[in-house]
Amino acid sequence: MNPATVQELIWAGVLVALAAFWPMMSNGYWLGIGVDVMMYTALATSWMLFSGPTHYISLASAAFFGVGGFVVGSGMSDYDASFWSMLALSAVIGGVLAALIGLATLRLSGVYFVIFTLGLAEMIRNLVSWVQNNFLGSRGLYVLTEFTDAHLYWMLLVTAGCVYLLGWIISRSRLGFALRIIGGDETVARHVGINTAMAKVILFTTTGVFGAIVGAIIAPRWSYIEPNQVFSPQLSFFVVIMALLGGSGRLWGPVVGVIPFLLIWNWVDSNFPNQSILVLGVAFLVIVYFLPHGFVGRIEQLRARARGR
Amino acid sequence: MLDILVSGLLLSGTYALVAMGLNLQYGVARIMNLANGEVLVLGALAAFWLYTTAQISPILTVILVIPVAFIGNWLIYRFLLTPLVRRSKSQGALEVDSILATFGMSFIFIGIMVSIEGGFFFYKYLSEPISILGSTTSLNRLVAFLLAVLIAAALYIWLHYSRPGVAVRAVSVSTEASGLVGINVPRVSALTFALGGTITAVGGALISTFITLDASIGVVFTLKALIIVIMGGVGEIRGAIVAAIILGLVETGVATLVDPGLTLAAAYFIFVIILLFRPQGLFGRRAV
Amino acid sequence: MYRRSLFGLAAALAVAGTSLFAQDMIKIGAIAPKTGPLAGGAVVTQWPNVRLWVEEVNARGGLDVGGEMKMLELIEYDDKTNPGEHIKLAQRLATQDKVDFVVAPYGTGFNIATAPIYGKFGYPMIAVSAITDKMEELTTRYPNLFFTLGTTTAFVDGVKEILIEQRDAGEIGNEIAMVNVADAFGIELADRARELFGEAGFDIVYDKSYPLGTPDLSPVMKGAKESGAKAFVAWSYPPDSFGLAEQAIIEDLDVKLYYSAVATSFPAFKGAYGNKINNVLGAGGTNVDNPAIAAYRKAHMDITGKVADYWASANTYASLQILEQAIVGAATLDREVVTQYIKDNSFETVMGELSFTNNFSNTFWSVGQWQDGVFRGVKGSNVIGAVPVRAKTGWSD
Repeated sequence: MNPATVQELIWAGVLVALAAFWPMMSNGYWLGIGVDVMMYTALATSWMLFSGPTHYISLASAAFFGVGGFVVGSGMSDYDASFWSMLALSAVIGGVLAALIGLATLRLSGVYFVIFTLGLAEMIRNLVSWVQNNFLGSRGLYVLTEFTDAHLYWMLLVTAGCVYLLGWIISRSRLGFALRIIGGDETVARHVGINTAMAKVILFTTTGVFGAIVGAIIAPRWSYIEPNQVFSPQLSFFVVIMALLGGSGRLWGPVVGVIPFLLIWNWVDSNFPNQSILVLGVAFLVIVYFLPHGFVGRIEQLRARARGR
Repeated sequence: MLDILVSGLLLSGTYALVAMGLNLQYGVARIMNLANGEVLVLGALAAFWLYTTAQISPILTVILVIPVAFIGNWLIYRFLLTPLVRRSKSQGALEVDSILATFGMSFIFIGIMVSIEGGFFFYKYLSEPISILGSTTSLNRLVAFLLAVLIAAALYIWLHYSRPGVAVRAVSVSTEASGLVGINVPRVSALTFALGGTITAVGGALISTFITLDASIGVVFTLKALIIVIMGGVGEIRGAIVAAIILGLVETGVATLVDPGLTLAAAYFIFVIILLFRPQGLFGRRAV
Repeated sequence: MYRRSLFGLAAALAVAGTSLFAQDMIKIGAIAPKTGPLAGGAVVTQWPNVRLWVEEVNARGGLDVGGEMKMLELIEYDDKTNPGEHIKLAQRLATQDKVDFVVAPYGTGFNIATAPIYGKFGYPMIAVSAITDKMEELTTRYPNLFFTLGTTTAFVDGVKEILIEQRDAGEIGNEIAMVNVADAFGIELADRARELFGEAGFDIVYDKSYPLGTPDLSPVMKGAKESGAKAFVAWSYPPDSFGLAEQAIIEDLDVKLYYSAVATSFPAFKGAYGNKINNVLGAGGTNVDNPAIAAYRKAHMDITGKVADYWASANTYASLQILEQAIVGAATLDREVVTQYIKDNSFETVMGELSFTNNFSNTFWSVGQWQDGVFRGVKGSNVIGAVPVRAKTGWSD
């Protein structure tokens, strides 16, 4: 992963500003897709903050997303708390949780890290269900607010923008440099005096904070929260897949993965209602075989070709 | 206490069936197969479908499943996965590609299964009570357990005491080195992948006699299989079996002694604890 | 073209398929799971009834809307049991496909999640597979949302009444073994049951939950058996309702009253266990002796090739009959008028005469029992034909 440039930041700023007008130009279906795009952009970019430079693939996104959704659901439904206070609380819990997971995973590498995060996420999902069942009691977790899709879209856009900005700052900082060395060779990193543990935990914590925030923002949209649904491991896989489809070399990689992924997804969904899952599978394979380095790889290839001419 | 031991061991048999195949596929062929659970459910669907339409016993289905699953998985490896293996420059790149590709395959499998049966695979076979050491259990679980033991033993003996088995183990240690000593790595990988898929599908057919499955439930088994393989250590058949036994006993023990509500949480907790103390899994080799 | 399934006569018209014809069609949108965890239930209760209704109406030549016969055109999507996905597809139905009416989703959460969207576009939603105690708050908030399958409390009440009856009859004592699936609806029901059973003087001697997707329920059943209670109540979901029955048979659970919630009413339940599950109680119920129900069940079998389940199938079909009669009665496709018509009128359905008070239809079955191969309603609200409850006597054929 290369350090991001000032030029990139300016471009990102322009894009965010333009994206803010989306709700004015569209409503209903296309705004709904916009919400999805923002949700996954924020999740995949924050995933990339950690996994991009370190090459550690985390499958814990669902744990943080679920914490956000559950805290908002439980807080608003059982304790009459306000949405905003629960949003803040979920960010804190998501961060603490991520820091703990980060500390626990320090000794793990490769596939062991991947599956460890998955196992932890599943453990959290089961614990939350158990706690809700035995201690909180429940008449259903309802999140009834006045937010429209446009409001949620803007909240997610701001979140995604913050994630990008943070990533941009980190990639140009000493921390970003340290992470790139860790990604290259962790032993070397340790030998040149980098506190690898600290760097990894800090980054992972930010992933957790943003994951929880996104989950909290989505909760009003779902209106009714079921722990098994907000903690669904499918989300973790989707985040990873969209980020990888984008390509992991750039901070803007996830965006170019998320948008085509969701467009293809929705096109298939609406045109093949009886076999959407099968067609999606085929679409997946086609992408994997014909875009070996993700969309970023393809874009950079095209760019290089254009320059060559 | 005896109840826990009996039920726990029987459940371990189920888990071993779920995980042994993936262990081979990942440990030897280096494919992180996210479609593992769907292959298992395909085996279950075959058993259900043949039983309800033609009254064919699931035990017979198991025998029918073996050649079909073997050829099917071999074809998948040969034509869908080999290009990915060839183009990947590192283990990491192959992992990323195989995650993406097998995730796509899992969707295709679900789509195929839904078009055959969209509801629950609901039938009963050998659901008779049987008493072992004074503890009641069902015959179908016992049959599945015995077959799991049989498969595990055969696999172990084959891997350790036959020439092709030794080649498979060599590839699992190092693809480069095995290539240098004259092992046909692509061929061994393809056969191991096919063998792994076959075990998984057979497991699915057996499991369907006592757990009600549906087309979409594969992911649950994929998760369990991944946990077991990693807990045991990649590429170690003993590891997968020991991990399956630990999970089976822990789940049953917690369900009986503490609270059934904590069974799955406890299983994942044990997994987490084991990895904290042995980051390479129970029997895994320390990564270099 | 793929997403349009036309039936009967409509297929012939579609060949000519011009926009002119499209105006003569009533577009009906339906979203429910075809894949994912809830698909197994939706393919039994939801989808067959949607198809049955569309096919029947079209075979009759369509609906008479103010003197003009209009055929139904069904636009269906798979939500993959994912709320985010469902919401997006609902927006698609409303703004892209511009359907005239919708079939309410399958599952409590999905109904509540789509209520704001459908509300914004004025679609009446006659929810079936949605059970909640927040009815009042929800219908005030979403005046387009109607409920037809009862409340959480009514559900638990039905079981409580049976427990009291059986206690008075001396079949069971004060002790109950109760388990529940640790998921939204299971948790909610168990929570309510603790309160109501306690008030009725019962002692829940075994009270445990188990996680969704537990592969082995034998420890749960062994625990319940050890408690010695003569009444067993499980607030369960489809795959585990089957698993619990299986374990009860294996363990030869010695109870006089056995209840498991969702999916006990599925025909497959009896298909697998035969007479072993005779006298098992479950959520739902129906009155197969009622001619209207019998005719409906026969049509369901003839057209979809499947036996209707003994609970929400009839309610689902009834909800579509209400929509149909409201469109014909209001003689317009104007959704506001149709919604008002639903509020103001009563409807002749397979469930009998249904009407709404504060958007809530108080006619439903809450508990049924397998009696000699048929799942008969034993408790309900405003329903006719409830049969007396029988005590469970062993698990043999």
